[in-house]
Amino acid sequence: MRIKHHPILDFPEKQKIAFYFQNKKVYGYEGDTIASALHALGVKELSLSVPLQRPRGFYCAIGNCSSCKMIVDGVPNVKTCVTPLKEGMNIRVQTDKGFLYD
Amino acid sequence: MIKTELLIIGGGPAGLAASLAAAEAGVSSIVVDRNQSFGGQLIKQTHKFFGSEKQYAKTRGINIAKKMIEDTHKYENLITLLCDTTVLGVYPDLVATCLKDDKYYKIKAQAVIVATGAYEKTLAFENNDLPGIYGAGAVQTLMNVYGIKPGNKIIMVGSGNIGLIVSYQLLQAGIKVEAVLEAAPRIGGYKVHAAKLRRYGIPIITSRTVLKAHGEKALEGITTIALNENWEMVAGSEEYYEADALCLAVGLSPLSNIFGMLNVEMKYIPELGGLVPVLRDNYMTSVENIYACGDVAGIEEASSAIVEGRLAGFYAANGLKRSLDDKEINDCKKQLQLLRCGPTGEKIRSGLEKRGEGNA
Repeated sequence: MRIKHHPILDFPEKQKIAFYFQNKKVYGYEGDTIASALHALGVKELSLSVPLQRPRGFYCAIGNCSSCKMIVDGVPNVKTCVTPLKEGMNIRVQTDKGFLYD
Repeated sequence: MIKTELLIIGGGPAGLAASLAAAEAGVSSIVVDRNQSFGGQLIKQTHKFFGSEKQYAKTRGINIAKKMIEDTHKYENLITLLCDTTVLGVYPDLVATCLKDDKYYKIKAQAVIVATGAYEKTLAFENNDLPGIYGAGAVQTLMNVYGIKPGNKIIMVGSGNIGLIVSYQLLQAGIKVEAVLEAAPRIGGYKVHAAKLRRYGIPIITSRTVLKAHGEKALEGITTIALNENWEMVAGSEEYYEADALCLAVGLSPLSNIFGMLNVEMKYIPELGGLVPVLRDNYMTSVENIYACGDVAGIEEASSAIVEGRLAGFYAANGLKRSLDDKEINDCKKQLQLLRCGPTGEKIRSGLEKRGEGNA
């Protein structure tokens, strides 16, 4: 899903970043946000809506609409579309309104 | 508490232009932006801009952002850029509370320019919450900032300039655009953009909209429906399209939340994108020393945002007892007039008139 050739922009290969999605080790690249890295892996479902448990993906990709919220390293409601991906991050699909765990 | 003469909220084209103009007049400013980088939505605009040289015409948006950021470095003593900083509130004594790296900061300013930009509208239809349905800006961000394809088969909704330009950018990224749907009977954007798509054989279908999205976990297709001259759905005209991404380019709304906590007088003007602040001639809102410019003051092109930002910067500097350069002001006003002239500027002119800027 990554763009290889583009008439205007260059997307040189960047350093790989390992992280965990639903406890599975996966890879993104330096410069990715959490949501962009997941999208490149084909993951579109980031959370489930609270009352009806409908799948949710991101909508605006600029940190506005809150449709991309996930649990990151145990912290819920993280806007993954604007949060840079970091090595070893533990990302989980959020299915409730979010609680602070110990 | 950090002290500054001018606080500018939002480091997009309007905010950066305002900081540069204020610096030219000798006023120091802090520009805060919640994003990782400055330039606002310019950082994903790969197309060349129209307008005149003063608004960086013929330059790609990505390069305009770079140029403006470079220009701020010329005024290192006057302009401070604070990225990754979210303004949480602005209080009547012009103290703004900001969040950066999980820490709170207070910034006390003598004047505030709000240049927060806009957010994308969406469209009401069944299953419009399915993953794979994106705003046009999101699609641009994904492709042009992160180099990731939003999907393999995409349908664009909206044939305004954003819809047309993003469709072309999708082609450049090697993505198949199945069709561009337009609810109105005519194409909304410039002919030159529409012609480019037509040359690639992409159908632009007018008087048709989305009825329903299909898919379990993510988008798999959509049902469209024709609209008659009264914008009513025509029964029996349904058509199915297979698509793994749907891009909604159906307009923007001003991101005007901050005005709410300042009791700024607002007006609902559809032509300007919705709820916008009432402005005085010098871009000051109804509240003393709070200014607004760019999309948050009314949805327009980035070129106009740059000029409005300049004007707001000059006027804010004037409010802080710096002299006003009439030549610069007149020049900016002339630029705005040019950007808003002709049939394409009709909507914005009518919107400004409703706000009480008849000669804008």
